[in-house]
Parts: sequence; C-alpha cells; structure tokens
Amino acid sequence: MDRVPVLKLGDILIVSIQIDLQDQSVLALQEDLADQVVATGARGVIIDITAVEIVDSFIGRMLATIAAISRMLDADTVVVGMRPAVAITLVELGLSLGGVRTALNLEKGVALLNHLEGSKIASVTR
Amino acid sequence: MSVSAEAGRRRIEELLQEHQERVFKRWLQLAASSAGHGDRGDLTGQLREIYQALKQSFTDSGDLSDLRGLLAELSRSRARHGFSPSETAVMVFGLKEALYESVEADGSPEALRGFIWFSRIIDDLGLFTIESYAVAREKVIIDQAEQLLELSTPVVKLWEGIVAVPLVGTLDSARTQVVMEKLLQTLVDTGSEHAVIDITGVPAVDTQVAQHLLKTVVAARLMGAECVISGIRPQIAHTIVTLGIEFGDIVTKASLADALAHALRESGVDFVRRRTHVAVRTEER
Repeated sequence: MDRVPVLKLGDILIVSIQIDLQDQSVLALQEDLADQVVATGARGVIIDITAVEIVDSFIGRMLATIAAISRMLDADTVVVGMRPAVAITLVELGLSLGGVRTALNLEKGVALLNHLEGSKIASVTR
Repeated sequence: MSVSAEAGRRRIEELLQEHQERVFKRWLQLAASSAGHGDRGDLTGQLREIYQALKQSFTDSGDLSDLRGLLAELSRSRARHGFSPSETAVMVFGLKEALYESVEADGSPEALRGFIWFSRIIDDLGLFTIESYAVAREKVIIDQAEQLLELSTPVVKLWEGIVAVPLVGTLDSARTQVVMEKLLQTLVDTGSEHAVIDITGVPAVDTQVAQHLLKTVVAARLMGAECVISGIRPQIAHTIVTLGIEFGDIVTKASLADALAHALRESGVDFVRRRTHVAVRTEER
C-alpha cells in the first residue's frame, strides 16, 4: 500500500497527494496526519492536490474529514492547487467542502495560514 | 424483362454518345434559361465535365463517386452565386428533357424503357445536389456557432489578481460550461484570487441561469478564489427575488465599478481620490 508522506515546514504540515488514492491509503493518511499534528503541535495543514486529476465523492469526503480532524486539534486546513476540472466535478457532485479553506497554490496557501495565525494572535492580544 | 431493361440501358448509353452534341446543347440551353444570369462560359465547362463523368460512370459499371464529387462542387459554386438549391436541382433535371427529345426521335421500346432507368439516376443526382447544399450549409452554421462560442467568452484582467468575465447574450448550459472552464483556467494561469462575473449583457436570468452562476462561483471557491457577480439590473434583481433564488453569501453588486472596488478592497488595495484638474483650475482663477 502506498503511503502519502506528511512533510513538516515550520509549524505547517504539508501533504502532497501524487498517487491514485485507495481507501486504505486515505485511512492511513488520516491517522498519520492526526498523529503528526499532535506530535508537532502544528497550527496548519496544507493538502496539495495539484496532481489529482480525477475525484469522486469519496475523495471529497476525505478532504472534509481531514479538515474536521485537524480542526479538533486546533489546526486550520487549506486545500491548494485544485484543478478547474476537479472543481467542476465536485460542484456537479454537490460537494461544496464546507469548512475547508482553499487557495490557488501552495504559496497562497502558506500566506493564508500565516494571515489566519496573525489574526488569531491579534484577537488574543486585543 | 431483365434482358429488356439491360437493352434499354445500352440504348441510352448509345444515344448519349451518338447525339452527344445535340443533347448537350439542348441541356445547356435549358440550364441557361433557368439560370438567367451568371457566367455562361463557366457553366458550359462545368456541365461538360458532368456530362463526361456521367457517360464515364456508365462504362465504369455505375460508379458514381466522380460524378457526385463534380455535382457537389457545382452545388457549392452555384450556392455561392446566390442560386437556391432547387434551381440547381432543376438544372440537373433539365438533362432528362434534353435527352427525351433524342429518345422520342429514336422511338424504339428499348429507348423508352431505358429512359425510365435514366431518369431515376438523374433524379438521384438532382436530389444529391440538394443534399450537398444542405450539408455545406450545416457546416457553415456549426462553424459559426463554434466561433460565436469562442468569441463571446473573453476573460479580461482588470487588475493584478482580479479578472472579469463580461457575459453578453443568453446563457445556456453549453455556454456556461465554456465560460466556467475558461474562467477557472484563467484563475489558475494568472493566480488571480478575485473574479468578477458581469451579467449586464444577459437579457434574462431564470432559475437555470442562476443555477449555472452559482455553480461557477462555488467551483471558483473550491479552487481558492472569490467571485463577485455584478451588473444586476433592477428588473433582474426583481425576477431573482420573485423566483426565490438564494444567492447565499455570494457578493452581488449593481455595477462592474462597484465590483472592482470591492475586489480591490478585498485584496488590500487602498485608493484615494486626488484633487481633480477641474478643481485646480478653479482655484487658479
């Protein structure tokens, strides 16, 4: 079974999906990610799906589940690099990925997380 | 009977060969009278080619592909000169009348039987010219529809990170699909986080069009971009509310200018109005 690597960059975890996802590898990814968030105290998770060309409702639900798990552990999730065809397919499937933040690419995703963190700190100090 | 049909066919072939000049001249005369105007020399050349191809097809055991090619060409060129397809067909049918004079003069039962066979072939050919006219016409229409689809969906860059799609004309599923794909692709290519969909040029918004717009906005959101819908005219706003369409938390603006201002604000651009030239001039006076 292929495992999706979870990379740590500062206090952000980056997951780049570059394989055809099977049910098993998705479940493993969810576990790995939860472990890593706790172990590293990450404040943000970026899921890069630039290489994903085909989606179904299962993958749509996977993204929502990962976001929900991360939120429980106080980390924001950003999905980056979604292709137009993928976005159209998800809309046609009726999945709007509520609760998942999105960004056009990895760079903007990191910027979004930094912005979110910045506003969190600002609201605490205020 | 079949022997007789075969004999009739041979007789017609002979007549076409023997009376070639007479039949051809008569045909040309009929064609020219129905044509009325146009380039006569051109017509003579084309008809002669068709006549030769017709004779050739009989000796080639009824292979009509060459002849059909010529007729398609004739149909096209006459359509270009503004003839209706039935005029072209009538011109082809004229060959029957031209040959009939020779058949009548011949008077033999073989020739009469053969003439029935011959006229069936000519009918087919005449109908073929109409068919090829329709095919050519259809191709033009399809090409134009495609061009229109391409032309009518420009995505323009308004500012760094802001693109706009001015929609003009009625929105149907096929067009919305093209617009949607093009907009989303542009968002990826330019890395724009804001898009403005301007519907000033859309004559009417019904539930289906609204549905298409909502889908586009949601798809753009999934990719990490925000859409603003602008150019909503008072009547359209009224229609949308009457139909009970919910735009939810999608930002809508009355004009493109408002939408641009909104997008600029969202992307963190501040703008201040400088003192205008008019004001300066009045101060000087």
